[in-house]
Amino acid sequence: MTNNGHEKLVGRGARDGAQLFREWFQRLSDTAESGGHSAYVFVMGSMAEILRVFDLPMVFPEINSLQTAIRHVSAEFLNEAEDIGYSPDICGYVKADVALQMRGGGHPMGKIPKPSIAVLTNACNTYLKWAEIWERMYEIPMVTVDVPATRQANQQSQPGSEQFNREKKYVLEQIKELIKICEKLTGKKFDIDKLRQIMGYANVMSKNWKRVLELNKSQPSHFNALTEGTIYLGVANAFRGTEEGAQYFTDLVEEMEYMSKNNIGTLIDEKYRLCFIGVPCYPIFRRFNELFTDWGGTFVTSTYLWFATGGANLGVQYDLKDPLDSLAEGVLISVRDAMDSMFSPEIPLVKMIDEFNLDGVVYHPIKSCRTVSTGLADNRRALMEMKDIATLFIESDMMDQRVVSEAQMKNRVDAFFEGLDARRTREKMEQV
Amino acid sequence: MAYAAGVDVGSTQTKAVIIDEQKKIVSRSLIDTGANVVQAAEKAFLLTLKDGNIREEEVSYVIGTGYGRYKVTFGNAQITEISCHGRGAVHMFPKTRTVIDMGGQDTKGISINESGEIIDFCMNDKCAAGTGRFLGAASMALDIPLGELGPTALKSERPVKISTTCTVFAETEVLSWLGKGKKIQDILMGVHKSIASRSVSLLRRVGIKDQVTFTGGVTKNLGMVTVINELIGLKMNVSDDSHYMGALGAALFALDHIFESRIPHEEMLK
Repeated sequence: MTNNGHEKLVGRGARDGAQLFREWFQRLSDTAESGGHSAYVFVMGSMAEILRVFDLPMVFPEINSLQTAIRHVSAEFLNEAEDIGYSPDICGYVKADVALQMRGGGHPMGKIPKPSIAVLTNACNTYLKWAEIWERMYEIPMVTVDVPATRQANQQSQPGSEQFNREKKYVLEQIKELIKICEKLTGKKFDIDKLRQIMGYANVMSKNWKRVLELNKSQPSHFNALTEGTIYLGVANAFRGTEEGAQYFTDLVEEMEYMSKNNIGTLIDEKYRLCFIGVPCYPIFRRFNELFTDWGGTFVTSTYLWFATGGANLGVQYDLKDPLDSLAEGVLISVRDAMDSMFSPEIPLVKMIDEFNLDGVVYHPIKSCRTVSTGLADNRRALMEMKDIATLFIESDMMDQRVVSEAQMKNRVDAFFEGLDARRTREKMEQV
Repeated sequence: MAYAAGVDVGSTQTKAVIIDEQKKIVSRSLIDTGANVVQAAEKAFLLTLKDGNIREEEVSYVIGTGYGRYKVTFGNAQITEISCHGRGAVHMFPKTRTVIDMGGQDTKGISINESGEIIDFCMNDKCAAGTGRFLGAASMALDIPLGELGPTALKSERPVKISTTCTVFAETEVLSWLGKGKKIQDILMGVHKSIASRSVSLLRRVGIKDQVTFTGGVTKNLGMVTVINELIGLKMNVSDDSHYMGALGAALFALDHIFESRIPHEEMLK
């Protein structure tokens, strides 16, 4: 490949992802200006496949909110919501969204349209209370798809079993209800062939997303799961079931395979391979990552890339011959896995420590999200009992800079790497 | 003879230690950090040199530690106080498996394996409850010097229960107990128990394994040592140098560097 070709390929995913998002926010702004319909959805179980059949533009309030933190304006949004009585202790995403609604949709990336419908799953308990705000604010329908969760860690019902079939049927009936509500809302008739096409695109995306995650097992790793990974997962959510999304992930696999073939890594000197557990610290997103890369540490994988894509990491492939039944099965498996990734990350991690050749695991519980943070201390203890692996536990927030202390964080991160250095020195001595 | 030095710039006090090649402390100093952190580091180091009758050029390597470690401008390297307290504690008490370090604004629990390596640590987050600062607030509220807090608390027969976990509100609660006519020693013991229980809870997160070594400025408070011992059911290691443990650890790391630098380059390449 020519040098020009190399430059075009390496980093293309990050560049194209950023461009896609600019266009995506522009389309939302256009919808807001024209007063068109939109569906408010969440990353864990967006039901994109159904909503796209009805050409409903999707708004991801979680993405809107995190963008305010990345653009360093979340404090203004949080304060506005707290001024009208929202507690400092509740989800920062919710508060930023409340402020956004009070601003009439004004957002640093454009204008966000009002919702015509809210669609959610039970993957996060806050989703329900959050959607109730829009339901009451705009008098819109709120559809909750209740996905049966894993009843006991690592004991999921398996496809083909009686329990799985009952659970699938339960999800299927709810999808049918959602279809009826969408028909009523948009005045459009449900088109199963259009659904097939959308699910076909989703299949391409899921298969390639799984492949991208697997390719990062290579040494050196090809992308940083925290920085580039967040761009990829944004596209995985916003462009699910679209031709653009399918093409993006096909291209991304090409990029990663090229890097793999040519031994190209994301860091010049990859000294430590890490896994990130939790949600990123968006108020100091870049600096947070630098605290690790300064020591030669890079995040090669992250549970965030699993649960925040609604379980798309599994690469579930829909059977297009029986789309509705297969969609129900896919939603059940993927959303359930997203929940498991949050609540029991130590189970897949035990295996991944060897597969990804991890040196350490970084737990990042966040103050304003109990759903992803509760239990992480126990998860960490359990993991350390199962595997001899270095771990770091640092707390901050995904939105609220008031609880992000960079000096304290740096102190802990530095101590973590000092420990890793000492461990590596001892291991080398033992080999001699 | 080469010397190695460690300078621990903490939030309230700055400590400096110089050791010789036999890892023996030859000199040490302690001053209030104050507003000028750079100056505090320099002053502590110069005092240590003077106290030990050592010339600056005889100190081959200096490591800065503590929150102000990057302000030790004359230092050769920086290492966190977490690693330094662990190192210092293991040096002084080789069977140490757990370290509790209570300083001015933070408290740390450190877990150490059989090889003396730090395998886990835990610190208070975003709040100074359970740290030396809490004692400072009580000292101010009751107008009792810091050095008398522990001995006074140990005279308590019926300690009160301090329920607030906030250092700022602690003063209000102390005053309210005074208003209710409670004895000063009972209020102080309540303060000690409150701090100790938060610190021990932090320690439990990394696991309490015998032997436990107590480090940091609060080690001088016999009341706190007694209360923590009772809570964990073990007798912690405490020494006269516990206050200097971070600086000592830094000096030991500095000495490692001096020894490593003596290994011929060809040996290193092997």
